[in-house]
This record gives sequence, structure tokens and C-alpha cells, in this order.
Amino acid sequence: MKKIYGSAAEALDGLLFDGMFIAAGGFGLCGIPELLLDAIKDAGTKDLTFASNNAGVDDFGIGILLQTRQVKKMISSYVGENAEFMRQYLSGELELEFNPQGTLAERMRAGGCGIPGFYTKTGVGTVIADGKEHKDFNGETYIMEEGIFADLAIVKAWKADETGNLIFRKTARNFNPPAAMCGKTCVVEVEEIVAKGELDPDNIHLPGIYVHRIIQGEHEKRIEQRTTRKREDA
Amino acid sequence: MPWDRNQMAARAAQELEDGWYVNLGIGIPTLVANYVGDKDITLQSENGMLGMGPFPYEGEEDPDLINAGKQTITELNRTAYFDSATSFGMIRGGKIAAAILGAMEVAENGDLANWMIPGKLVKGMGGAMDLVAGVGRVIVVMDHTNKHGDSKLLKECTLPLTGKGVVDRIITNLGVLDVVEGGLKIVETAEGVTEQELRDATQATLV
Repeated sequence: MKKIYGSAAEALDGLLFDGMFIAAGGFGLCGIPELLLDAIKDAGTKDLTFASNNAGVDDFGIGILLQTRQVKKMISSYVGENAEFMRQYLSGELELEFNPQGTLAERMRAGGCGIPGFYTKTGVGTVIADGKEHKDFNGETYIMEEGIFADLAIVKAWKADETGNLIFRKTARNFNPPAAMCGKTCVVEVEEIVAKGELDPDNIHLPGIYVHRIIQGEHEKRIEQRTTRKREDA
Repeated sequence: MPWDRNQMAARAAQELEDGWYVNLGIGIPTLVANYVGDKDITLQSENGMLGMGPFPYEGEEDPDLINAGKQTITELNRTAYFDSATSFGMIRGGKIAAAILGAMEVAENGDLANWMIPGKLVKGMGGAMDLVAGVGRVIVVMDHTNKHGDSKLLKECTLPLTGKGVVDRIITNLGVLDVVEGGLKIVETAEGVTEQELRDATQATLV
């Protein structure tokens, strides 16, 4: 089966519908599926629910879909970098469900592994636990969190082979593997597609079984907080 | 003289033991890395990295290499990368020996509030709730009082909690306190700060 598509728009053809649930990889602006987000903006799909750790910034990442009012709800752990997000949230135009970061990652992983719910200590005794099932194990209290089953996963990787085996680069891996796993369909954008046999099978980060469609493209890879140190004088 | 930011960070660094894997929060906790000395400490960045290095030299920034504060960083010869589910697996699973983080309020029972002020812009808890629930030891570094001089070490937190009964030790500009049965116990005072001065600045029960 051919997994390689010519463009982001072609790779998303037939997969998008209003009101759908999308899991997206990325942490801040690092390792986000920027080409696929652009294509979703162009497609104009509305009332989207996103499971994504962050919401991008005003003009990059999921932020571009907030500008066009395509997002109905965000499931995120931290959204502090996006002024438009805050404006829409405070005016009631946008729903927001805060998840602790590890709970969000595990919800994606669990969904991808066919696990509809799991127990965690994270958030016990906080507002996150309100209305959730509590259960004691070995004298400690845990709350139940639900696996995420998304209609679509959009993911950014470094390299793919023709069969969809993926390699990520440095901290751009982040939420991409768990997001990929929890999507009914997973579309991946990479910097380079290589032929079968060119990736070392012992060093595949995510096997191609999770990957349905792949595109290769040029990435802006914007830096959110450029921090450097001075070279000591020689 | 109360401790300044760097002195608080240096004092917090003394809490770390050779061989520990540690997560440092944003702000003063980040400075702790400057004071670990000869100890073999591996820093975790919860976006998916063990063995976090210093900021890069100008021109060597890599957009694929950032810390949990989204700042560009570098790798070391011990670095390992992994995905977010694995990262929080090692946090939740108790593999990280300690987290050092800031706080808005700590209560005498170890409750911690550091993510949300009602009525103000809520940015989210990020990984803070997972960290305080999961790591071996939670060490808080914070100013003892707010800008009005009111104690931030309280009988009960007034702000929404990040974790319930999670704090082990508090390092403030006035000294070091442990969360123990019945309240907080003074471990030491900053040089030039008397025990009475610390007591007067503390609302929480001192035992």
C-alpha cells in the first residue's frame, strides 16, 4: 500500500469533517505538524476539537486555526503563549479542558493501546479530580482518566521510510509518538522520506503500523524562546 | 541578611545527592544547576530529555532542542531523548529522585499551590501536577512572604492546589523548613536571620 502523498492537502483528502477530534504532536512550537495545520486551515474544516499540549502562538501552529475560528475546543496542559487563545476563551467562544501534561500524554498512549481508562495519582486533591472516579490502591488514592481516541492524528517526524517507519530528532519527538498512536488515521509530515532499508530497524522510534499517510516538505521550525550563552574570552 | 536568588539556589543544590536524576522548574530552580559542583546530577526536561546541557552559544541554537520552558538548550554526552508518555512515565513511576520548583503558597500539611490565581489569566499546569505527585522528593524554593509582607507559608492554601500533601522541604529567603507531622519544622535560618524573625514571618504552625 502506498503511503506517500504529494502534498499536505492530498494527504488529508477525505479525512477531514466538521466537528472532528484531532490529536496533534508537538511541544510549544517544537516538532509541530506545521504543514498539515496549514492544510487544515486551507480546507476550512470547522468545530474542531484538538488534543495538543499547547495551542501554538498567534500566527504559528494551532494559533492559525484560532485566527480563522476553526477550533471549538482545546485539550491542553499549557496555553500561556497565545493571546488570541485567551481572548476567545475569556469571551466564551472557545472551550478549554486543562489536562496535566503527563495525564494528556498517557491518555493518548492509552487510547492508542486500546486502554479506555487508567488510574493516576496526578491531580488527586485538586480541581482536576472533580467529578472523576477515585479508587484506593495499596493505601493511596488515585483518579481515573480516560484514553483518547481521536479521529485523526497529525504528527511531525524527522525521517520516514516508504513504509512509514519513523525517526524523530532530539526533543522534537515529544507528543508525536503518543499522538500518532491514538488516531484512527495518522498523517505524518517529515523532512525526508528515504527508501526501504535505509533506516536501521533497531533504531526506529515509531513503527510504520501507526502511520497511514506521509508527506515530505520544507519546515520553518520556528524557535519560541531563543536563549544563548556568551563564549568566554579565549 | 535574607538569602538572595543565587544563595537560595545554592542552598537548594545542597539537597541533591550524587547520582540523582532531577527535574528543575522555571525561575530560581533553574539556577540550581549552577551550584551542583562535583556531584553527578542528571537533569530531566519533561518534554523528553535526560541529560540537559546549558544554553547554546549564539548561532548554535537548534529548534529541535528545547527545554520545558521552550528555551533553546544543548545536549551532553550522556543525553537520552524519549517521547512525552515515556517522560511522564518516569516521573509518575517515581524514577526522578527530586523536583525543585517554585510556589505561590505552601501549607503546613505540604499542600502546594503554584499554577493558578482565580480571576487572573490561567495558563495551565503544564507538568507541575504530574511532577509533584510522582517524584521522590519535592523541594520548593520561594520567597517567604509576598510583596505586602504576608506569609506564603500558610495554615491552609487559599489558591487552587497543584498537589495535596506533596511538599517535603521548603527553602525560602529566610531559611529552610521541613513539612512534618503537625506543621513545619525549622531546619536552619539564613545567615543573619534570627529564628524569631523567621517565626514572625510565618503563618503556618511551627513545631
